[in-house]
Amino acid sequence: MKSRTIKVSYLARVEGEGGLYLRIKDGAVAEVKLKIFEPPRFFEAFLRGRQYHEAPDITSRICGICPVAYQMSAVHAMEDALGVKVAGPLRDLRRLIYCGEWIESHALHVFMLHAPDFLGYQDAIRMAQDHAEVVKMGLRLKKIGNQVVTLVGGREIHPINVRVGGFYRVPEKKELSSLTEDLKWAREAALKTVRWVAGFPFPEFEADYEFVSLRPEAEYPFNEGRLASNQGLDIKVPDYDEHFAEEHVAYSNALHSRHQGLGPYFVGPMARYNLNFHRLTPLAQEAATAAGLGEEVRNPFRSIIVRAVETLYAVDEALRLIAAYERPEQPAIKVEVRAGVGYAATEAPRGLLYHRYRLDEQGAILEAKIVPPTSQNQKVIERDLQQFVEQRLDLPDDQLTWQCEQLVRNYDPCISCATHFLPVSLERL
Amino acid sequence: MPPKGKPKLSVWKFASCDGCQLSLLDCEDELLAVTGELELAYFVEASRAMAKGPYDLTLVDGSITTTHDAELIHKVRRASKYLVAIGTCACSGGIQALRNFKDVHDFITAVYAHPEYISTLAQSTPLSAHVKVDYQLNGCPINKHQLLELISAYLAGRTPQITPHSVCLQCKLKGNICVQVLGTPCLGPVTHGGCGAVCPTYHRGCYGCYGPKETANTSSLAAWFSRRLGLSEDSLVRAFRTFYANAPEFRRESEAHEK
Repeated sequence: MKSRTIKVSYLARVEGEGGLYLRIKDGAVAEVKLKIFEPPRFFEAFLRGRQYHEAPDITSRICGICPVAYQMSAVHAMEDALGVKVAGPLRDLRRLIYCGEWIESHALHVFMLHAPDFLGYQDAIRMAQDHAEVVKMGLRLKKIGNQVVTLVGGREIHPINVRVGGFYRVPEKKELSSLTEDLKWAREAALKTVRWVAGFPFPEFEADYEFVSLRPEAEYPFNEGRLASNQGLDIKVPDYDEHFAEEHVAYSNALHSRHQGLGPYFVGPMARYNLNFHRLTPLAQEAATAAGLGEEVRNPFRSIIVRAVETLYAVDEALRLIAAYERPEQPAIKVEVRAGVGYAATEAPRGLLYHRYRLDEQGAILEAKIVPPTSQNQKVIERDLQQFVEQRLDLPDDQLTWQCEQLVRNYDPCISCATHFLPVSLERL
Repeated sequence: MPPKGKPKLSVWKFASCDGCQLSLLDCEDELLAVTGELELAYFVEASRAMAKGPYDLTLVDGSITTTHDAELIHKVRRASKYLVAIGTCACSGGIQALRNFKDVHDFITAVYAHPEYISTLAQSTPLSAHVKVDYQLNGCPINKHQLLELISAYLAGRTPQITPHSVCLQCKLKGNICVQVLGTPCLGPVTHGGCGAVCPTYHRGCYGCYGPKETANTSSLAAWFSRRLGLSEDSLVRAFRTFYANAPEFRRESEAHEK
């Protein structure tokens, strides 16, 4: 039997540098590798010795696409270590800035990175030649997400206003209200987006996944909740390390995560949706149902619809938060330094982002651990590729290659994020 | 001068967070106008189409940290008529240049279980340490309005109007109350403007993410931090050793306070 190789040297329309390698032999996938050659940057190492309050600004530099996620996981982990909890309007502002990031990141992925696959374009710029209005709508939606981040955070990439305990400056009510008209437009645009992407042709493909995400008591998750899965996991965030482990493989600069005893697991919009459908706003639930999504989605190609539904949710939630906002008297609560360990997981646009820090009594970081969503999804991506390709061996190489790329993009992988992980040996240093 | 016809744009990424090349996609109002004037020949984050060079305008995000990248940047240079370093990583080495102050082997063993799988250089270096760079746009991240100014200037065949003055001047233009006068350490006096003095506007001190301005008097500022605001030597090291740690002015100042 002949042997065949599918190779993508540089994966396009993902954040960061990665490639794809599949070897097919005798009608089966003999080898599959999602290669990450993004150079390592060693964040966990140089965080050691830095002060606790520097972590949000430093870790945001792991990712220019989802810096708010890094800042949120960092501040919540530090607050856990220092024994304080941010509540009220400061907590709401943190949800609000996260809404902005989800809108901007999801709009980027839906319109510019993923939709061109479904419609057969190399990129959104070429897609705009035939679909100008829809691309312009996507760009405006993305811009409104960025406006939310900029107003609350100071700028869209690497915001400067987030700190342990709260913010440096809290906006006036009227500043936030200035976003309302644009957000109302965005709500309509997000609804149209859900309908638009629901009409795409979706490859038939489903797999048996373990979906893992935060599951709070009432709201759709951003910064809080227990860690749950559709296979019965239900734990506190500080127990993460007892249940999940990373391993280092030769062909990747990112570590691979697995659920101990169970194997690969799936994080991101589809996991959140499947575990929290009833926590979406009624509008988002209705839009999802009208788009043909059940309460559980198992075809990863349909994640583009879930992303559009989450965009709608984030717009809806931003409008609610702005309407309810009363400016707090202090921009931050007081924190007192002490030694300790802190844990946090928050929901980055592309999935669960776990941080753990150990501090000394002066507030210096002794140890840092960061597990981004893409390293958690790597094993599922590889398993998907294997199963997907084995069902489509009759396709010519160019089509199969493109569909494999599209499959990887289902996960909105952020390879820049995925490239600096686990201090496996920290304990022995 | 740009060529006649539609100039070809390429965008490359080395070690970085991706944020500076994302800044181009963050120009939501202008993106389609930009791609109307420039052919998007190579921009992996945005397109599957990857045209070979030569390219007229090349934007490079990221620092050089591996032997592979140290070779690739020469190929990119050879294929590019006008090469611009965008962002702190490309201009100075970025936050990953913190390795330059430590033994990188310790870093690898701290992060990875199998250090033998990891290929990396001991130093994170700016593009200019490897090739000729035609223009440097500072910032962590760059300011997208400055990026648009740079592209417009390129298309018009003129020099970009990007001034080298400090964050302080931008604060004065905005009418901000000086945070340092209120007792908050601020790197504004020695830091290149361009961000719009965003940190002082949000009531915090500048942390230097646009790098040293021309003729930065860092030792005077460090003395002020120490005598007037009571910062420890350790705090001074960290103040100058974060996002622009590898820039000569900031590097000298941080080393001066190291025990």
